[in-house]
Amino acid sequence: MKILVCITNVPDTTAKITFAESDTKLNKTGIQFIIGPYDDYALARAVELKEQNGGTVTVLNVGEAEGEPQIRKALAIGADDAIRVNAEPTDSYFVASQIAHIAQQNNYDLILMGRESIDFNSGVVHGLVGEMLGIPSFSPVMKLDIEGSTAKFAREIDGGKEYMEAPLPLVFGCQEPIADWKIPNMRGIMTARTKPLQVVEPVAVDDMAINEKYTQPAAKGECKMIPVEDVEKLVTLLRTEAKVL
Amino acid sequence: MTTEIAENQALIEQTVRDFAERYIRPHIREWDEAQHFPAEVFHKLGELGLMGVLVPVEYGGAGLGYREYVAAIVELSKVDPSIGLSMAAHNSLCTNHILMFGNEDQKRQYLPKLASGEWIGAWGLTEPNTGSDAGNMRTVAVRDGDHWVLNGSKNFITHGKSGNVAVVITRTGEPGDKHGSTAFIVERGTPGFSAGKKEDKLGMRASETAELIFQDCRISDSQRLGEVGDGFIQSLKILDGGRISIAALGVGTALGAYEAALAYSKERKQFGQPISSFQGIAFKLADMYTDLQASTLLTFDAADRKDRGEKVSLASSVAKYHSSETAVRVANDAVQIFGGYGFIKDYPAEKFYRDSKLCTIGEGTSEIQKLVISRDILRD
Repeated sequence: MKILVCITNVPDTTAKITFAESDTKLNKTGIQFIIGPYDDYALARAVELKEQNGGTVTVLNVGEAEGEPQIRKALAIGADDAIRVNAEPTDSYFVASQIAHIAQQNNYDLILMGRESIDFNSGVVHGLVGEMLGIPSFSPVMKLDIEGSTAKFAREIDGGKEYMEAPLPLVFGCQEPIADWKIPNMRGIMTARTKPLQVVEPVAVDDMAINEKYTQPAAKGECKMIPVEDVEKLVTLLRTEAKVL
Repeated sequence: MTTEIAENQALIEQTVRDFAERYIRPHIREWDEAQHFPAEVFHKLGELGLMGVLVPVEYGGAGLGYREYVAAIVELSKVDPSIGLSMAAHNSLCTNHILMFGNEDQKRQYLPKLASGEWIGAWGLTEPNTGSDAGNMRTVAVRDGDHWVLNGSKNFITHGKSGNVAVVITRTGEPGDKHGSTAFIVERGTPGFSAGKKEDKLGMRASETAELIFQDCRISDSQRLGEVGDGFIQSLKILDGGRISIAALGVGTALGAYEAALAYSKERKQFGQPISSFQGIAFKLADMYTDLQASTLLTFDAADRKDRGEKVSLASSVAKYHSSETAVRVANDAVQIFGGYGFIKDYPAEKFYRDSKLCTIGEGTSEIQKLVISRDILRD
């Protein structure tokens, strides 16, 4: 079984976000980058499926060279090889087009990724990739098993879970608890450097979206403590200041 | 440092950070208050390869060098110094003694279990009446045919109760004779070998410290490490490397205290502004950072020298002395920056303050380091 896991290179969840170039770009100074947390779940499950069923796991990242430490980490966790599409990702359509282009050349049985990145959070790349390849895509998938050439999986829906089966090949956007995040061991780290990391140039794609400007969310107001016996004041403030009533 | 080494080190640091956040940070206070030694964490560290960092792959270890080892200790200690201490003691004392001086059979028998974290190791040199004055130790081993009979006790031994195996230095010759001691491997469960009381400590409370007791403990000569009479010389060589690991412990402890104080100083407001904007606090942070940078460079320099196979007695003592004193100073300043919140257990500074003190005492006090350093630089 050939599995492709698409990973994003995103700011650490505790990073303080600021903008540069007149608020048109993320200020990367001092930011620690990580594998997207949802992608990390996808990678962990892919490695487990490989251990159970055999096969290979290829990691794909659409991004610049600064993301290679995250790719090496994915290799240390258990992926067999990696491909980096050497481009700054501009929008979801661009990223999906690059993934689809790589997938068309390699006939993967499974294409896994996070249900969304945690920087732009569009949550549409898996759907776009499925459409471009003409194969079904599902998200957010929280359980996945493979039996022969069939995937048995559960995805979250409003009010519960939906249990489904579908023949491979498939595209999945993953989330917890599909697997526990894996921490690479020392031997994995040392062997990661010997695993192939192929750098390819992107295919030309027209931009479908342009990010014109970023702004910070409004600063949180000061917390007001209202004594429990003063419910009327609370209601008044909720009505006149917070305007939620 | 090559790009490859730098990238590997960065990945090791990130790995240990992830591990510490997931398996250690949620339990820090609970383990500290109960003085609980979390053996299960060390089994997990073994799965990562961190219980046999220096052990070659052929014996089940990670086969890494001191630079990577130091990086791992720093990251663990930044979160909980007591876990960093136990990991360091297991690796550089017991495990490293068998690696450096064990014969092939001993390496094959013990290193895979120790490197995998299946077994936890202890190392016994200190006694109730002899710390640095190891030549006058009272634990004796007397030869009896193909066996040795051990009597005496060792104290302040890391993993003295939970260790599955201990390397013990005993006197086999005259007191004060540097060729009068010999090292042995003693397994838990050997008749006559038992653990004494577990110490109730000021800090490093999740790292177990206990007494080892030998009462007519009879072990085979095959458990002897190296030649008869080499125990003291072996110990000095083990401590040369061990001091690098305690230097790393000091760096990690100081770093944890510094980062906590830095973050707090930016959040805590007095007179309408963060306290970091006051020069009294900002200068303190500058001193902490400067000391920390110096300790970090000295520690990695000692590690690099060790990796190059150079003699490191001086470099490891310098690193250990500087980073231990830095840890105490930085942790003290962190408490001061936290103010009243530094004096209570709800904030991290208080624990770093207690933990840091071990660094200037364990594996040779600061005074002993100054003795080693001064003797070296004054040698003709």
